[in-house]
Amino acid sequence: MTDQPTTESKGQDGPAVVADGLTKVYDGFVAVDHLDLTIERGEVFGIVGPNGAGKTTTILMLLGLTEPTDGSARVLGMDPARDSLRIKSRVGYLPDEVGFYDDLSARANLRYAAELNRVPKAEIDSRMDQLLESVGLSGTADKRVSEFSRGMRQRLGVAEALIKNPEVLILDEPTVNIDPEGVRELLDLVQRLRSESGITVVLASHLLHQVEQVCDRLGIFVSGRMAAVGTVAELAAGIEKGHTFEVEVAARAIDAVTLMELVPGVRSATLDGERIVVTADRDVRPEIVELLADNGLGLLGLSTSTVDLDSIYHTYFTGAVNHDNVNA
Amino acid sequence: MTTSTLDHEVNFRAGWRIVAAKELSDHLRSARLLMLLFLVSLAGLVSVHAASGPIRDAASAASTTPSVFLLLFTISPNRVPSFVEFIGILGPLLGIVFGFDTINSERSQRTLPKLVAQPIYRDDIINGKFVAGIGAITVVLTSVTAVVAGYGMLRLGVAPSGAELARLFSFLVLSVVYVSLWLGFAQLLSILTRRAATAALAALAAWLVLTLFIGLISGLVADTVHPVDSNSSIEKVLENARLDLNVRRISPDQLYQEATKVVLTPTQQSTGITSSQPDLLAMPTALDLRESLSLAWWQLAVLLAACTVMFAGSYAVFLRQEVRA
Repeated sequence: MTDQPTTESKGQDGPAVVADGLTKVYDGFVAVDHLDLTIERGEVFGIVGPNGAGKTTTILMLLGLTEPTDGSARVLGMDPARDSLRIKSRVGYLPDEVGFYDDLSARANLRYAAELNRVPKAEIDSRMDQLLESVGLSGTADKRVSEFSRGMRQRLGVAEALIKNPEVLILDEPTVNIDPEGVRELLDLVQRLRSESGITVVLASHLLHQVEQVCDRLGIFVSGRMAAVGTVAELAAGIEKGHTFEVEVAARAIDAVTLMELVPGVRSATLDGERIVVTADRDVRPEIVELLADNGLGLLGLSTSTVDLDSIYHTYFTGAVNHDNVNA
Repeated sequence: MTTSTLDHEVNFRAGWRIVAAKELSDHLRSARLLMLLFLVSLAGLVSVHAASGPIRDAASAASTTPSVFLLLFTISPNRVPSFVEFIGILGPLLGIVFGFDTINSERSQRTLPKLVAQPIYRDDIINGKFVAGIGAITVVLTSVTAVVAGYGMLRLGVAPSGAELARLFSFLVLSVVYVSLWLGFAQLLSILTRRAATAALAALAAWLVLTLFIGLISGLVADTVHPVDSNSSIEKVLENARLDLNVRRISPDQLYQEATKVVLTPTQQSTGITSSQPDLLAMPTALDLRESLSLAWWQLAVLLAACTVMFAGSYAVFLRQEVRA
């Protein structure tokens, strides 16, 4: 990746990926449900969602490996149903739990990928050396893959996906089952790729914490639907439309819970250890203070709950948020 | 990597060749190939050694016996199976060994999702693997036949004539088709079953029934339908024998034996029921290769058709399977 084909030099206009009402039904089970999605060229896009949310099925449809039941998609301006081969020659894909020919060396595995992608014979060796170097496997490339750790296998998988010099790189659960150091190396690699070659990266993962660091935008996938799309900040803003407060009182908290529920606008008040978590439609802090004072309960603390990744994850994955409020 | 856009203007045809080259190189370096070479060569040498003794005796009595060389492969004195019979029995194993884990190993190794995501057509995978299997089979059969023929030449002190070589070559092609039938069957099982062991067991079960037990089964059927005893008329005995033969023809091995018999025996005049041991001193008219082949036309056609059906079956099933299935 020494040359820098920028996003512009890669040619065509238009988004890298567009899905329009994409739907897949397997034996009556709806894996992907009318998905609309746009991924711009040069961005790192995270498809985040719990296992079974339809992430992999979506990827397979984008590559033309499985036919959509309904809807359509365009990848680099091409229709996966008709131009699957052309798409596959320009999109690198690292499948979930990628496998290798374990009896062969890393180099032999990589060479097969190069040949399948019709990399010119004269270029294969130099390109392999370059990629092995950039994923940090130069020293072990002649070992059998069966001796590789999970982290090394994952990086070899990235090298294989990159051998075709793709315009789009799709990584399916790349950080699963590898140690924290391996995760860091992999995410560094993604970041480096993006800044050096302007490649579009699609990261599918259920580990929001990990992929959030490198993604420009995230799409939250729940039960085959896109629950929300946006940057981390935008997603957090979507949640703040509802108000959450934490209240600490100088009395038996359980008594206070009953009182809070009387305040108009409060949706729920629950006990979380010593604190009371209150969710409401609006800012009810003045009423709470007043109410506590009227009832002679001392107020120790009142804070607005911070929206962090966990609450994004929790809120969206449990589907408790109003989807329409989120910037798409 | 400045030529990225040019790189993508590639020709997507002939993806099967890339798959076949990789698979064949795997086969040729595999322990199973060495094992089979050893096993089949050993069987071949034993059979040719056993056959060469009586041939030498007969040849010294009548030096004009036609096609002495080819008798090496077909006669089975002292109850040692002939080379052709050995190939009939061991050939299916060859096909099974190179086919039983074709697709299910890609699944269990998790390389299949990656492979189908490469810019090759889906059928390039199955085509390439089938071609590689045929390649490996051809390598084994050709080298074994060459070794065995060489040993026979040393033992007999005769060199084959051009016509004999042509017959030997036809036999080789016929054997490759016969073994490829089993390769196709094993490959189909490798697509249908999740585990390689299941496919191997199923294939071995079919092999046992069709090559070893079929004789027992056909005898049983024939004796039930047309019971014979020592007082039975010649017509009854013939009816029994005919039915026995027709049931045995369910087995590709039987068809293979009938076809190879005429291909390797210029004096063989038919594929039906004949006296089992050729008279080495007799000198009936010899047919040319084309006439011999036309004698066994339907056996050849059925073998070729069965091979095609097996491959077409695996092709159709594989193309319909979901990647995640």
